[in-house]
Amino acid sequence: MAAGSEVRSAAPALAAERPVVWPARTVRTLANGLQVVLAESRTIPKLTGQLMFRSGNAAAWPATAGLAEITSSVVRTGTDSRSSRQIEEGLRRIGADLSCSAGSDSSVIAFSGLVEYSSPLLALVAELARAASFPPGEFERERRQRLDELKIERATPGFLAGERLRVALFGAHPYAIVAPTPAQVEAWTREQLRAFYAAHYSPANAVMVLAGDFRPAELLGAIEKCFDGWATPAPQRPAFPPPPVARGRSVHLVHLPGAVQTQVLVGNFGITRKHPDWLALTLANSIYGGAFNSRLVRNIREQKGYTYSPRSTPHPLHDLGFFSVSAAVRNEVASATLIEIFYELDLMRSVPVGAEELADAQNYLCGVFSLGLATQEGLSGQLATTYLNELPEDFLETYREKIRALTADDVQAAAQKYFDSPNSCIVVAGDREQVEAQAAQFGDVTVYDAEGKRI
Amino acid sequence: MSKLQIPVEHATLSNGLRVVISPDRAAPVVTVGVYYHIGFRLEPRGRSGFAHLFEHMMFQGSENAGKMMHIRLVNSSGGVLNGSTRYDVTNYFQSVPSNALERMLWLEADRMRALRVDDENLRNQRDVVKEEVKVNVFNQPYGGFPWLDIPPVANRNWANAHNFYGDFSDLDAATLADVRSFFKTYYAPNNAVLLMLGDVAPQEGMALARRHFENIPAGEPPPRADVNEPPQLEERRGVVDEKLGALPALAVAYHLPPRRTPEWYALALADLALHGGRAGRLYRRLVLEKQVALECDGGVHYPMGDVFDYDGPMLMVTRILHKAEFSADRALSEFDAAVAELQQQGIGDGELEQLKIKLRSDFYSTIEGGMGGYIPRFGLMHYLACFTLFDDDPKLVNSALDGFLEVTRDRVQAAAQKYLVPANRAIVIRRPVKDGAR
Repeated sequence: MAAGSEVRSAAPALAAERPVVWPARTVRTLANGLQVVLAESRTIPKLTGQLMFRSGNAAAWPATAGLAEITSSVVRTGTDSRSSRQIEEGLRRIGADLSCSAGSDSSVIAFSGLVEYSSPLLALVAELARAASFPPGEFERERRQRLDELKIERATPGFLAGERLRVALFGAHPYAIVAPTPAQVEAWTREQLRAFYAAHYSPANAVMVLAGDFRPAELLGAIEKCFDGWATPAPQRPAFPPPPVARGRSVHLVHLPGAVQTQVLVGNFGITRKHPDWLALTLANSIYGGAFNSRLVRNIREQKGYTYSPRSTPHPLHDLGFFSVSAAVRNEVASATLIEIFYELDLMRSVPVGAEELADAQNYLCGVFSLGLATQEGLSGQLATTYLNELPEDFLETYREKIRALTADDVQAAAQKYFDSPNSCIVVAGDREQVEAQAAQFGDVTVYDAEGKRI
Repeated sequence: MSKLQIPVEHATLSNGLRVVISPDRAAPVVTVGVYYHIGFRLEPRGRSGFAHLFEHMMFQGSENAGKMMHIRLVNSSGGVLNGSTRYDVTNYFQSVPSNALERMLWLEADRMRALRVDDENLRNQRDVVKEEVKVNVFNQPYGGFPWLDIPPVANRNWANAHNFYGDFSDLDAATLADVRSFFKTYYAPNNAVLLMLGDVAPQEGMALARRHFENIPAGEPPPRADVNEPPQLEERRGVVDEKLGALPALAVAYHLPPRRTPEWYALALADLALHGGRAGRLYRRLVLEKQVALECDGGVHYPMGDVFDYDGPMLMVTRILHKAEFSADRALSEFDAAVAELQQQGIGDGELEQLKIKLRSDFYSTIEGGMGGYIPRFGLMHYLACFTLFDDDPKLVNSALDGFLEVTRDRVQAAAQKYLVPANRAIVIRRPVKDGAR
């Protein structure tokens, strides 16, 4: 045995913590209303960023579904001065990556590249944001691709369960819609895309975050140059119909003939990131099923072996939110899984968490939050969440102390409000013959096919 | 051009454990990894899936950290953790605030010294692994395509050709004695490398490594499976049913020359010219221009890894999901046309220059991040571990790109002409069992 080597039976204590210092950031609002947030990070000679517009698929409601998404797909395929091929090879020439995407509430151009080519990268991003030309051939190609993608989504258990939950929770509200129908895709017109782009890709509706190995003053100059002269007003956000009020449990089965596994998904209404209870819900979730060391994972994975991938997640949208619990389980244990999911939810609602478990979860959230500091990608993501959602300026800096200030009572109160097991929607996606009787233990079952039709 | 210079300190302990430290004190977080030189193609014959099942067992408890204790101590220290099984390595890693560094070393040392598991743990994790295989393979459209479909068609040596996730009958046959024997054989310190990246002072990290690991006894040098492939003389083909997805799919795989040879560097550039995202020749032709395909992606070691993280025979794989109105032959003919164009006309100076810039940019991103930013320096850890275990030189990370940046147009064209030929490839078709699937 080597000198100084030892076997210790107890885990070493934690050493003194080094302070977490959030990188200084520069926040500017340009004359046209575009908010710009810059944070320095010198890990690699690159930069990464996101230009985010506060309009997504819901903003096109009730005209059609998925319009923000198809608009974002076509944005990168041509501008007034560049073809699709010129855009893609232009990106490669400067070592850059770029993606355009959209969800319910936002449309995003995300990019990263070598810092030595920051200017041409920003110029291209600005061109996509300001001067997309929507070439008719590219639009048709993307439309046909979307039709094929829908076929694959409709064969994917996780997608089908998630879609069913959103419909059950949100009813007539556009948050119910996660994908367009083939008929809607067929009916999209290029003019609809151009109109959406003109109205919503506006500097007054946008924020751009950047993290990387740059000098903020220099980069700000480049940004002002690229986005100068771009001025369109912010769009009005439409008023949406309210979602239905949940009363009691509902049970939904998506019939997948021959499925060798059952996707279980339980959900209820939640809150947005702006809600005062958001951090308490985050903490309660991490204790319940949001971490490897959570109650749900210990129970249905590590103790019972029902599933590989159980998890619970609060989903904050812009106006509303929901909470969900998911697990892909072997067919025979669908109802046993649901029993454990509800047992653990009800335990969180009825019994305060112990001091040690609370402290463990607080440490977990604080530590994971700090990990985001260590990469440009992580930092850019934290900034994007903060500024897209218009959270307080000191959200990042105060997050850890706010998490540590929460008590067992706060956690229990959050569980009672947002782990709403008496009013949850239960979705099982699996073979009807295998799981319908199991699902029926939890209420009257409504059965759907993979196209969403009641059967 | 800015060139990244990564600080690397390394040493070998008296029991053969290699230790690699790369400090960067900017943020107060540290990533700790242990890599064992055993992957799924090195697992014993007749025990398909065992390397991966065993990876799960490493989270089931050790002498001083019983079941769930490892996971709890990482999470409650503010960290995240995971492990994975690849062709030639199995890795275990965690990222934590740096005040938990010693605790992480203690945990990793405890399970390297004395895994402590029972039949109940084995039954439990066998069930978990089966659900993992179902959620990733059997119950997903195109699950396992092409990473599980290609090896049995392209390869003849069982090491390279078997089911890496494991046949359920083999998983069922695994015993606790197998677990103990595998641990003893492959999980000795002399078959591993310990890595610390981020907020750690090298001298202090090295002293902590000695304190916790140096008294773990060395094992016999483990047997290394023969992974050599006999030469392939004609094209190989296979067909697999696609039970869920409605679209047909096609994968093409070419055998590569040995790592770090001139032809290998050149083929890696050909790979980037062909794949390499939306600017790549295959995506442009099949998806954007001819519009026969919905998706087209691929590369060396796709989709499990890249050029750096394997040791032995490897394939360059293309995955094509094509439209139902086109036949597999039509999709293949477009693929062949793109390859033929590269072989006949070579690539332009501008294109080669672009590829090298992109290669460098991608390399930086890989070493900095990975895992969605939650495991800082995951890629750096991964490369340092592979360069240590395969090449005995972690400092290769600072010259890893040189061989690629020296490649010329002529070499790319010559390598494409020599290796991207039918006799050197395998083709697997995923055929939907019915239109519209389920």
